[in-house]
Amino acid sequence: MEYLSTLTNELYKIAFIIIPVLISVALVVWLDRRIWGAVQKRKGPNVVGPFGLLQTVADALKYIFKEVIIPASSNKVIFILAPIVTMTLALVAWAVIPFSDELVLANINVGILYLFAVSSLGVYGIIMGGWASNSKYPFLGAIRSAAQMVSYEVSIGIIIINVLLCVGSLNLIDIVNAQQNLWFVVPLFPMFVVFLISALAETNRPPFDLPEAEAELVSGYQTEYSGMMYAMFWLGEYANILLMCAMGAILFLGGWLPLIDIFPFNAVPGPLWMILKILFLFFLFALIKAIVPRYRYDQLMRLGWKILLPFSLFYVVLTSSYLFYFDKLPVRAL
Amino acid sequence: MKISRFLKTIFLLEFVSGLLIAIREMFRSKKTINYPYEKGSLSPRFRGEHALRRYPSGEERCIACKLCEAVCPAQAITIESTERQDGSRKTTRYDIDMLKCIYCGLCQESCPVEAIVQGPNFEFSTETREELYYNKEKLMDNGDRWEDVLAKNIRLDKPYR
Repeated sequence: MEYLSTLTNELYKIAFIIIPVLISVALVVWLDRRIWGAVQKRKGPNVVGPFGLLQTVADALKYIFKEVIIPASSNKVIFILAPIVTMTLALVAWAVIPFSDELVLANINVGILYLFAVSSLGVYGIIMGGWASNSKYPFLGAIRSAAQMVSYEVSIGIIIINVLLCVGSLNLIDIVNAQQNLWFVVPLFPMFVVFLISALAETNRPPFDLPEAEAELVSGYQTEYSGMMYAMFWLGEYANILLMCAMGAILFLGGWLPLIDIFPFNAVPGPLWMILKILFLFFLFALIKAIVPRYRYDQLMRLGWKILLPFSLFYVVLTSSYLFYFDKLPVRAL
Repeated sequence: MKISRFLKTIFLLEFVSGLLIAIREMFRSKKTINYPYEKGSLSPRFRGEHALRRYPSGEERCIACKLCEAVCPAQAITIESTERQDGSRKTTRYDIDMLKCIYCGLCQESCPVEAIVQGPNFEFSTETREELYYNKEKLMDNGDRWEDVLAKNIRLDKPYR
């Protein structure tokens, strides 16, 4: 009986994180389209609901009522599994994101590793979808996506090492608390920029949206998908983008910490600061989508392996030398 | 690579200036309109849906001269005529296949009595092809419905014809 009550309690908590995430994903899709439209001097979706806020809900309803087409030559089990994997992984990662000191579903000690692992696993959904479609464009898109995500994960990993050197803990709450005096965006600014670029590549956003380059690959790994399965890929993608923004906010922008610790700023509750920071990063993502052309594939690989990776490695050396030389290494009891 | 070019590249200067331009443009006035609720202005010469007009007396203008049928490059117009009891020649059939029509406006230009005109209406999509095979009744009906606008457009465009 006690087991049951624990279970319901946990389910309650999970619903408390997943439902807001799904709602904010819907709003963020709308925001993305509005910003994209505004930069191009269009109005963007503004008809469904106030300011068009319900546009995504309407789109989702449309997808639900559409027929799900499964290609005859596809591997059906994997084909159906792929969007489920993508969306599940995108949502699962939110378990460790802290919105304030206490407001976190699972305060685990290897939070950042968990985040990194789950976001790396995200590539499986795409590979599965591309492979199981048994069609050339999804296959090519999936190959591109796999290579791209693996390449940029390496530099994200090294960027995370930079932050960890300054914190001395893998716990996300400790990482934020270590930024009480100075957000890491100041000393590690070059790493913040590299993180943003890598996050764009990691989530297949322009200018790195080669996996779904519509000019050459129709729409990449999603080509054969339709109806709700397509919508799940789509939701998973945006949940991943939000997750990357949350990661950026925690690692570099001081999570729930206020801008300055004086009256009008520290009166704003922590979770709101966190949401504001996520939105700020998302705003950057949306702006970048509106202004940049797509990279060529070899340029993308060159940027990842020959520029960002050596640069972040160099910065690791720089950070650790600085910390060691000035004896600022954060040593914690094991 | 020049030094200045190299510095521009590593500090992403051009990218940042692009971002600033994007932010500035976001707050400029929009170039699009809320289409179904507000519509752009149309020239009086706009060539939209066809209409057959009447004289103010209520008599139909078309004299079945078949110039429009002859000039129509898409051969979308079919006319049959007969002599009425008062000795005037009138159409018994005036069909336009709106799917064949290329909206070139030659029928309107060729018409000696300003009977067949192309009005300002461009929102006449239908769910079946059959609904777009317009007959005389439909065209006369259009003429009655749009007469005010049609007369005004013809008057405005007169000096240039």
